[in-house]
Amino acid sequence: MSKPEKELIVSKIKNGTVIDHIPAGTALQVLNILGITGREGYRVALVMNVESVKLGKKDIVKVENRELKTEEVNKIALIAPTATINIIRDYKVVKKVKVQLQDIIENIIKCPNPNCVSNLPREPLKPKFRVVERTPIKLKCLYCGRYITRDDIARQLH
Amino acid sequence: MGFKGRDIIAITDFTPDELLRLFNVAKEMEKYSKSRIELLKDKILALAFFEPSTRTMFSFQTAMQRLGGSVIWFSRAEAISIAKGENLADTIRMLNSYANAIVIRHKYEGAAAFAAEVADVPVINAGDGSQHHPTQAMIDLYTIWREKGKLEGLNIGVLGDLRYGRAATSFIYATSMFKPRKLYLISPELLRIRNEVRDYLDSKGIDYVETTKLDEVIGELEVLYVTRVQKERFPDPAEYEKVKGSYRVDLKVLSNARDDLMILHPLPRVDEIALEVDQTKYAYYFKQASYGVPVRMALLALVMGGVE
Repeated sequence: MSKPEKELIVSKIKNGTVIDHIPAGTALQVLNILGITGREGYRVALVMNVESVKLGKKDIVKVENRELKTEEVNKIALIAPTATINIIRDYKVVKKVKVQLQDIIENIIKCPNPNCVSNLPREPLKPKFRVVERTPIKLKCLYCGRYITRDDIARQLH
Repeated sequence: MGFKGRDIIAITDFTPDELLRLFNVAKEMEKYSKSRIELLKDKILALAFFEPSTRTMFSFQTAMQRLGGSVIWFSRAEAISIAKGENLADTIRMLNSYANAIVIRHKYEGAAAFAAEVADVPVINAGDGSQHHPTQAMIDLYTIWREKGKLEGLNIGVLGDLRYGRAATSFIYATSMFKPRKLYLISPELLRIRNEVRDYLDSKGIDYVETTKLDEVIGELEVLYVTRVQKERFPDPAEYEKVKGSYRVDLKVLSNARDDLMILHPLPRVDEIALEVDQTKYAYYFKQASYGVPVRMALLALVMGGVE
């Protein structure tokens, strides 16, 4: 028997990746971090603010015919630490993992300190941060030593 | 970890034992700080002062020459290709190919750490923005170690711009490594220590107080580290005028000082220590400045392989 209509806002995908349990309202930021613009050609489905037992409300992203690599999905842990990644093959979940925030965050966000060397133009340099606290998230710039809060991160990834 | 080949980026990269090793070598170097000991013959030190300095640059230059080595240098970015648009990485690569070590001062925080990524030779941070000034902190600690004979268990005051002042910040980190009895952080509210420094003190279990009033704590202090409160830091000049007197060390405030108080200052001084204080038994800042050469001799000799 098929599931009730309200749970099938978008159809199942045959092959690809489903990112589930994204905090409500942050799916666009997740796509932004993953560098998915919609111009790549593969099908992308985005569901926002649907009911979730775990989170109350959540967002879901489905990307067809692309299996996201662990290091790619870990990047989204910065703004979606609750997210789970399901790799789908032939309509079946073959792998399910929770995103994990790495100890060092490299080249995803910029340091908000304008006097940090990582903000000098034309230098061969990737902004790097160490995770100081996980909830709420707090990072420390490995160049200038300044703290970066969740608000600083959200401002950059909106 | 030994010193040889090591980058000197932040004072917190060192252990207390490593600093004591440095100080013992520095004490030896005092004998040669007006003569010469050929420990770094044929070695070249590059001084890259993107931000101007007299004291730090001259003392590195003197230290290297007293060790029998030589120096290539520039001061101010305008002097060389940077004025033509060369980036920091390319400038460092060039110096890396000429010299055995690079000393860098830069107005951007993290510049020395970045230079160390680019260079193969050791990079020594001579001040990066408002963040670190590790060699100054080494000299500050050395002065206390030399003149008081100990570093641990002291009541230490740090006065001035604790938010943006790199010398003050590095000194706070440095002194916290040697278990002060109590740390007194004396500054206007606006210029209190940054959160990351506060977390560091908390993580080390340091007993510290933050206060705006020097006169209320002067009687407790065995060391007072003075830096300048800069007018430019205040959004409203009237605010500065109101508070500036509270951050000036003169005979009046010293009338309540302990007999064994030692006043330090990284220099240059403007008016935060009255000239009349120079003649008192409390004034150690010129002595402190004179230790700049032997401490930097010791550091260069250790990092560049002149001393094992």
